[in-house]
Amino acid sequence: MTEGGDGVPMIRVALPYHLRTLAKIESAEVRLEVAAPVTVRRVLDALEALYPMLAGTIREHGTGQRRAFMRIFACEEDWSHEPMDAELPAAVAAGRDPLLILGAIAGG
Amino acid sequence: MSSVRVLVGTRKGAFILNSDGKRKDWKVSGPFFAGWEIYHMKGSTADPNRLYASQSSSWSGQVVQRSDDGGATWNPVNNKFAYAGVPGTHQWYDGTPHPWEFKRVWHFEPSLTDADTVFAGVEDAALFKSTDGGATWEELKGLREHGTGPQWQPGAGGMCLHTVILDPSNADRMYIAISAAGAFRTDDGGKSWKPINKGLKSQYIPDPNAEVGHCVHHVAMHGSRPNVLFMQKHWDVMRSDDAGDSWHEVSGNLPTDFGFVIDVHAHEPETVFVVPIKSDSEHFVPDGKLRVFRSRSGGNEWEALEKGLPQKDCYVNVLRDAMAVDRLDTCGVYFGTSGGQVYASADAGDSWTPIVRDLPGVLSVEVQTLA
Repeated sequence: MTEGGDGVPMIRVALPYHLRTLAKIESAEVRLEVAAPVTVRRVLDALEALYPMLAGTIREHGTGQRRAFMRIFACEEDWSHEPMDAELPAAVAAGRDPLLILGAIAGG
Repeated sequence: MSSVRVLVGTRKGAFILNSDGKRKDWKVSGPFFAGWEIYHMKGSTADPNRLYASQSSSWSGQVVQRSDDGGATWNPVNNKFAYAGVPGTHQWYDGTPHPWEFKRVWHFEPSLTDADTVFAGVEDAALFKSTDGGATWEELKGLREHGTGPQWQPGAGGMCLHTVILDPSNADRMYIAISAAGAFRTDDGGKSWKPINKGLKSQYIPDPNAEVGHCVHHVAMHGSRPNVLFMQKHWDVMRSDDAGDSWHEVSGNLPTDFGFVIDVHAHEPETVFVVPIKSDSEHFVPDGKLRVFRSRSGGNEWEALEKGLPQKDCYVNVLRDAMAVDRLDTCGVYFGTSGGQVYASADAGDSWTPIVRDLPGVLSVEVQTLA
């Protein structure tokens, strides 16, 4: 388990290319401290706190809903339609597997 | 020596084209924000190094970028455009009520006097203002809450507020235009708005005197005569001599009066430029010829400008915000095409040369004249 300060696991998040570029993130993944229970909402809260320019790009301002063409995967399962407050798999919560945020294959 | 900086927004990124006052040799920088749609970029006249760019994609929505060094570096600022109060509904394409939903920024119009103040025209149609360089945005809700709002309907490109014109002689007066609601004017700094569409005649609108519902594509003004406006409507090129209170047609001898862009010469307020497009069914130039038309009489009499432009097998479009003029002594004119060419004329349209030929499709062109 990868830990941050106070023994809180470091969550790994993989972002699509355009959002890494927007946030000037050079590494393939970002690592975030997220206290349990680890949910998509709490991961995105931590992500947007660290990178405010990503607010509104993965979930809508106002409604907080996932943007239509953004998809979320955990442990090779599609979490896009799961409730934002559902607990993510233990492997993601422990930092063993990344939470994948992808742009849907759409458009040209 | 003076120089010019041309800001080009495309479907896949932004480009900045720089030249000295001769406008012969160009340096092309970019792409900035590669892969994103850049609907518009514009610089502040109060501080030419301050630029604003509208960056968006279907995946990640709206981003607002700001540069404080003339486009060398950029940083994202706030992208939250929240309609004031309960947004209500406008008409959908089928005539049913549809809730107002923010989609993107079509146009940034920086204040003429303060680099931190900028207006944003957005889709679904509304006007926002920032007074802190884009750190926060507040809607000027008097426009959307104008009593006609529930009747507004999107054009084919969406219900976009695409034109914002500031009156240099009156800080309280602004003009905006919406597809397909029409043109509006405020005389109190944006608190209240008046539709200014009298004289516009639009096919398919049952009421020939309809207050709103007109598909205004673009409006242009010369700063020395702020009561004179020129409009490229869906069909028809129009002119107003009373700040939009009434309009009359000046299409004259144009080969077609459908089009998107319209602009006015920097030093000759009666010299106007348009690029006629074949029709609303065929969005390309007529006869395979790319021609700018210029009137030196404020409309009605138009001459084709074709020197240096392709005169066969050309089928490009020129979108509404994709033409601009510089302020050098011999006025420069610039426009970009759906085919990715950006053309420049250093002699007010008499002759043209491509600055670049193979950019992504051009969405917008603005120019800054630098000391």
